[in-house]
Amino acid sequence: MTQLFAIKNLTAGYGARDVLHDLSFSLDAGLFYGLIGPNGSGKTTLLDLMLGNLKPKLGAICFNDRLVGQYTRRELAREIALVPQDFRINFDFTVLDVVMMGRHPHIPRFANPTARDREIVDRVLTELEITDLQDRLITHLSGGEKQRVIVARALAQDTPVLVLDEATSNLDIQHSLSIFQVLKKRCRGQGATIIAAIHDLNFAAAYCDAIILLNQGRLLTIGPPREVLSADLLHQVFAIECQAYEEPFSGAHQVAYRY
Amino acid sequence: MGGLAVLLAGTVICATGLGYIHMPASEVLSILLARVSDSFSLGLDPTHQAVIMDVRLPRVLTAALVGGALAMAGAIFQAILLNPLADPYTLGVSSGAAFGAALALIANLTTLGGYSVPMFAFAGALAAVFAVLSLAATDRNYAANSLILAGVIVSAILSAGIGFIKYLADEQVSVIIFWLMGSFAARTWSNVALVLVATVITLLAALYYGRDLNIMSLGLRSSDSLGVDTARTRKVLLVIASLVTAVSVSVSGIIGFIGLIIPHLMRFIIGPDNRKLIPASCLAGACLLLAADTISRAVLPREVPIGVLTALIGGPFFCLIFKQKQLGGR
Repeated sequence: MTQLFAIKNLTAGYGARDVLHDLSFSLDAGLFYGLIGPNGSGKTTLLDLMLGNLKPKLGAICFNDRLVGQYTRRELAREIALVPQDFRINFDFTVLDVVMMGRHPHIPRFANPTARDREIVDRVLTELEITDLQDRLITHLSGGEKQRVIVARALAQDTPVLVLDEATSNLDIQHSLSIFQVLKKRCRGQGATIIAAIHDLNFAAAYCDAIILLNQGRLLTIGPPREVLSADLLHQVFAIECQAYEEPFSGAHQVAYRY
Repeated sequence: MGGLAVLLAGTVICATGLGYIHMPASEVLSILLARVSDSFSLGLDPTHQAVIMDVRLPRVLTAALVGGALAMAGAIFQAILLNPLADPYTLGVSSGAAFGAALALIANLTTLGGYSVPMFAFAGALAAVFAVLSLAATDRNYAANSLILAGVIVSAILSAGIGFIKYLADEQVSVIIFWLMGSFAARTWSNVALVLVATVITLLAALYYGRDLNIMSLGLRSSDSLGVDTARTRKVLLVIASLVTAVSVSVSGIIGFIGLIIPHLMRFIIGPDNRKLIPASCLAGACLLLAADTISRAVLPREVPIGVLTALIGGPFFCLIFKQKQLGGR
């Protein structure tokens, strides 16, 4: 298995405040990673570092054996796509326009989308079942529809790596499930690497190959859901009473809370 | 877009014919063509030629170019600040220019001859913009909110300064007020050349960055992850759009509304794609401001300040479109 991200003694933050402290771990290509931790534990900061939006203060983060900071924005945009958590747009672009924006890093300046670009966009629209929406205005969609458009935009970018920042936390369950199914297919079928910050621990447990657990800006552990999502660790990080077990209906490791 | 260009050419020719000495479009056209080829110059009245080439055309072209420049700058500001309510004056260009001009007018500065007031207005506008940009620069991404807030702060301080100058100015206050309301009277070919250069540079920059501006409407993190250097693009375009606005204001005074309303209208008509929206805004802004100036100059019995007229023409029209869009629901 090839190493995708190598993170070594990474310290980073905004202004004078350090958010992440001395992180070291690596991520392999082709796996579905879940990133979990309480609010403020540094999940978004870590994703920003992977995307090259933030520079490390100390240590290094390498993507494919090259420092993230050495890639141009365009090069990185052909490797890594982002699905942001929330998304507001004030201008009346159509759904098709927005999804086509995902092709931006592949289309030279002043050139028009090629037949291949259109083909990829069509395929993604079908995949997310939003072909019917393609001529609607993005400003007139419901939250669930909009989020599927944004996932489609990221998929249209056609990158080997997909980063999601709590991309489904505002969605109804059926939309969350359908988006995670699409992601899983990308991962299993096309060998894409998914790195997703996830709020819902049971979603993380059901879909991820490995889970990165952050707490107060430090890496607590990284490993398969069975090991990371244990009652002890969850109690330590989230201060909750819970029980971890194999759930027969879903066939997945799950967490039950004491309510 | 082609239609708009034809409309603009027609407006320019008609506007040049209108005035104290009325001339039909065909005569205007012959006089213009006479400049290119001598075969058209037969039988032309030399007075009319002088009126057109030395008096009317510079004014007509300045009005058209300023209109185009302001509308384009407005479209760029709206795209960068992700806010359809932004206009070319959001970053304090107008209050900086007004402060500079008021200062020159009250102090009776004539060291630079007739150019004193425009030069001070230009310097004031630039100083205000750079104050705003340096205030907002603590945020390395030049986020929309930081910029708008910095613009409000600087404008508020300058407005107080303008108020104080007006208070000191006594009977001279009307000169300041008149300048602030804008005018195209007695513009020269050097004005035309100045605004033309600024407008062309802005248009080229806007076309170069057009697709990046579209992507930037997705928000900072998304546009960065799509390969756009958002912070740099923002900075470059903010400076260029502010410069063209400062040039316009120093040539014509403060003309409101064009920069807000034209990009809106064009967005209703041709959609939000900046690659089409910005050039279309440029053409439509040129048409509207020229039409307004011509009405003020040639149709109305007494010249009305151009800034007032643009708002009077544009306002109700805008209300109509806005209402229709609300009802249509789309």
